[in-house]
Amino acid sequence: MISQIVLVTGLLLILIGLWGLLSHRNILRIIISFSLIGTGTHIVTVAIGYVRNGTAPIIDRTLDVWGAVSRVVDPIPSALVVTAIVIGMAVTAVMLAFAIRLYDSKKTLSIDAFTDSKW
Amino acid sequence: MIQRLCVAVAIASFGLVFASLAVGYTEQNSLRPLAESYVRLVPHELGAPNVITGILLTYRGFDTLGEVAVLFMVAASVGLLLGARRRPRGTSTRDRASESRASSEIVRTGADILVPLICIFAAYIIMNGHLSAGGGFQGGAVIASGVLLTLLAFPQYQPNLEFLSITESLAGALFVLVGIAGLVMAGGFLDNRILPLGQFGAFFSAGAIPLLSVLLGVKVGCELSVILERFRPKKS
Repeated sequence: MISQIVLVTGLLLILIGLWGLLSHRNILRIIISFSLIGTGTHIVTVAIGYVRNGTAPIIDRTLDVWGAVSRVVDPIPSALVVTAIVIGMAVTAVMLAFAIRLYDSKKTLSIDAFTDSKW
Repeated sequence: MIQRLCVAVAIASFGLVFASLAVGYTEQNSLRPLAESYVRLVPHELGAPNVITGILLTYRGFDTLGEVAVLFMVAASVGLLLGARRRPRGTSTRDRASESRASSEIVRTGADILVPLICIFAAYIIMNGHLSAGGGFQGGAVIASGVLLTLLAFPQYQPNLEFLSITESLAGALFVLVGIAGLVMAGGFLDNRILPLGQFGAFFSAGAIPLLSVLLGVKVGCELSVILERFRPKKS
């Protein structure tokens, strides 16, 4: 049940991001939409790894080595999402750098101004 | 109008696909075989209580190395895009620089108090990656948030970019060297058993995982700091 709610939230975030991507003309808003899609994907990935009544896969006093297999959530999606968050941040940084350069060249952030093709 | 219609149709069709995904989804009742073997193997073979860190730094360590390479590439490309930025025509930037005020007393005092705490918290997160939630990437991001606070509170502050680049390159080279040491002295590339595993759950345990966490944290922190510094408007 919990993971279903989380899954639907993530899918909704992806939809909102797609809508923003397609309907906005401002480059910064498009970048925000990309971030939303990325975050939604992360949430969906984590939700898929949930096991019913599972807990975090960290072994401590309340979770012994032998009982861990039946009580933890899937660690692989979590490990993948840790990687994906950092890469998503890096991609956002590159997009923002391009936005700065585009603003420098045309003094506007609307994609309507960037109509000339260079190659 | 026609464009809006196209957008609506696209969103609706994506929504249909997602809805069918959400309806057809059922929660797992037990781990899949791969995850089960990871949960069994990480505490026994690697001696790390945090299964995710064990996967990230040992079994999937090669992926992590690739990710670090991506981060390096991003730092380089942001430097390429923003480093050699020419002065824009007109004098708008210079006007803005002279108009900008120094940050207020509250911001400066807050930064004075918070930056050391943020650094300690980052060190804690990095060093406890193998014991509880945390690790190199997260700690590195916390370090970068401290640098960001410094840059916001003290606009004149100029981080030493050369020092950051050298530290980052050293950390990256050491990361690869530890990986190669695993190839020579233990089971494979980035195998953590080149150092004794120690007592399960102790601070110095899990072989090379804390070492790799520290290297990763330093590298990520430096790289993100360089990226943040590149985004600052240049003074002329």
